[in-house]
This record gives sequence, structure tokens and C-alpha cells, in this order.
Amino acid sequence: MKPTTLDARGLSCPQPVLLAFQAMREMGSGHLEILVDNEASQENVRRAVVSQGWTPTITKLNENDYVLRCEKS
Amino acid sequence: MSRGVKNILATTTGIIFVGGLIGVVAAWLQQAGNPANMAICVACFGRDIAGAIGLHRAAVVQYLRPEILGFVLGSFGAALVFKEFKPTGGSSPLIRFVLGMIAMIGALVFLGCPWRVILRLAGGDGNALFGLGGLIVGVWIGTLFFKKGFNLGRSQGQSISAGLMLPLIMAGLLVLRFLFPPIPGEAQSGVLWYSIQGPGASYAPLAISLAVGLGIGFLAQRSRFCTMGAIRDVILFNQWYLMFGFLALLVAALGANMVLGQFHPGFEGQPIAHTMWFWNFAGMVVAGLAFALAGGCPGRQLFMSGEGNSDAAIFVLGSLVGAAVAHNFGLASSAQGIGPHGMAAVIISMLVLLGIGITHCKR
Repeated sequence: MKPTTLDARGLSCPQPVLLAFQAMREMGSGHLEILVDNEASQENVRRAVVSQGWTPTITKLNENDYVLRCEKS
Repeated sequence: MSRGVKNILATTTGIIFVGGLIGVVAAWLQQAGNPANMAICVACFGRDIAGAIGLHRAAVVQYLRPEILGFVLGSFGAALVFKEFKPTGGSSPLIRFVLGMIAMIGALVFLGCPWRVILRLAGGDGNALFGLGGLIVGVWIGTLFFKKGFNLGRSQGQSISAGLMLPLIMAGLLVLRFLFPPIPGEAQSGVLWYSIQGPGASYAPLAISLAVGLGIGFLAQRSRFCTMGAIRDVILFNQWYLMFGFLALLVAALGANMVLGQFHPGFEGQPIAHTMWFWNFAGMVVAGLAFALAGGCPGRQLFMSGEGNSDAAIFVLGSLVGAAVAHNFGLASSAQGIGPHGMAAVIISMLVLLGIGITHCKR
């Protein structure tokens, strides 16, 4: 199944986390990809998905951007 | 820099350490000469800086506070070292300027930023309970807007000079402080204004203030310490990470004040505070909502400015202008109570914030 992708780049606190929570609630489980463009957002979103039982794998795409590939079965 | 080192302060232990350290240092700064129960209040010190450069002429609150300059420069240093300096901006700059103004006006009706809410509580000032209540209500109103899709728009990458602007302004102010040091008994030294009496005349030695500012700026950039975010994240997500820093600041400052004999519980006669409970509450509702809509308490805005975030920098400049307006127009409170136009300021500010909130909701 194709993962759902959220682009949270350029959004300020707390939008990335808010979007992540919303997506996790709607999906329940599965494969969610979240793009962020700074370290602080990456940390915040990581804490949020872990708190909901999702497992994130974080990859740095370039100088600024990160992708969090999150899974929950 | 290795990743292990990089994230130590962005853990629960890390933020408790940073919050606790700020609390202890704040208590100690009062011993070193800073005003009682103020120590490192971002709103009060921003207001003092506005006075020092002549934006307002309230004679008792004029001092170019090195702590604030240090916050930005320390965060700038941390962002450079850890490769997080990133010039961004362009997310509703004028709205952010107005949010900065209103945040400062609300904070000066209460007489303190969220840091000072905590530090006043830690010093035994019961009036700060109403400020804390107002802060929580203000942030809670902000979360209602977030749930309705409130968003000031995406920021974009900007030129290096845009990101350097506020750190350079702060460095420039620091140069002025070295060029024109205070002269005992004189209200002016070169282009800078100084208080001869009042809170603006209470300050720790330059080296101590600057070192504390730089140190806290560095650590807070790493840990993302934010008092508004602490309350917001608990209400919105039940996430306690930032709240641990908030609570650590309170507990550490309380403990240090006990040890140093600076804990004096009561409501009357508290340092640089008034007892009009409703306006203590309402001022902080306004400030709390403005912080929430802008995405950070005044301290966090300074730290983000150091990371090259010009949206935060515009909030900071707005807050300096807000401080000037608050004193020039009689909106700011004093130990005697609210200013002659403090009530009007709170009401108008609240209406403006609600207007900004409603017009930026998607759904």
C-alpha cells in the first residue's frame, strides 16, 4: 500500500505535530511519511508518533529536510 | 558533531536540566544585582532595552539588558555549532509584529512574561497565581484556534543576511553597551539611557549578565525550552516534554529562593507587582493568546531569532515597539496598579487577537 505523505515543511510549531496527530487518528495504523524542514520539528513529531505507538525511521534528505517514515501494524 | 552529543538536551532529562538551571541562575542573579522576583524576565528586560535606546522615556525602566542580547547571540552560537542556523521567514510578518506588540502590552499589564510568572511564584508573590491562570486560559484559547486550523502560512528559506539581521542588531547593541557604559548618577551615557533609580537601576555586573545570557541562549536553543509551548502541548496533545522544563524552573527557583532567603509569601507589597487580580489575569490572557498564535513565548522567540528565523525576529522587534507604546500611552502597570489606559489596552488587544485568530482559520 502506498504510504500517506504529510508535507509539514515551512510550518511553525505546533502545526507539524497537530497534522501528525490528525493523520494518525484518521489512519489508526499503516504507513505514514512526514516531511519536516528543521531539527526541532523532527524531534517534536518523533515524540508525538512514538507516544501513539508508531515506530519512526528518520532519514535526512538534504541539508534541511527530514523524512519520518512511521509504521504501526 | 556527533548525533549523540547533538540531542542530549532535547531529552526529558535535558530539558529538566535546562529549566532547573535557569531557575537557580535566576535566583542567583537577584543576589548579583538584578531586580527582585524579576531576575531574567524577557518582557521586563525587553521593555528596559526599549527605554535604553529611547523608544520610551519611563525613567525608572531604562537599561540595555545584556541577558537579552546574550539569549539571541548564545542561541546563534549554538545554531552555528550544531549546523541549525537556517534563514527562514515570510510567514505573515506584519501579523507577527502586531502579535509581538500585543504580547508585550499584555505582559506589561500583568508585569512579567511567563518566565516571570514562574519566578514571581517562586518568590512567594501570590498575585502571580492570577497571571498563571490567565496564561493558561490565553494559551487554551489559542489551542481552540489551532483545532480550527489556525495557521499563519508557511515560511520559506531566505538569504543569509535576513537570518543574520537580529543577531547583528543584538551584537550592535552590545557594542553600544561597551562604548557607553553607565555613569553613576547620570541618566545618559552617549546614546544610551540609564535609570538612576527604580528597577532599571538594579542590574548585575555586565560580565555576569552577559555570560548568563549567552549560556542560557545556547542551552535553550538545544533543548527548545518554551513556557508557552509547555502549556499548549499539555492541553493540545497531552505531551509533557516542555512542561517538565517549566516545572523544573519553578521547583529550582523556589528551592534556590528558600536557600537564599528570597521567599516571601504574600500578596501585598511584592516587588514590582500590583494586586489588581482581575487585570493580572486579563493581561496574561492577552499575552498568552498572543504567544500561542505566534508559536512561542518571548524567550523562545529570541532563541528562534538566533537560529535565523526572521519571523521570530519580527515578533521581537514588535515587542520592543509594544513596550514603547505601553509606556508612552500609559498602558503599562506599576506597583500602584494598572496604567490609566490599561483596561482599554486589554480590551482592544483581545479584539485584535480574536480577529487575527478568526481570519487565519482554514476550516
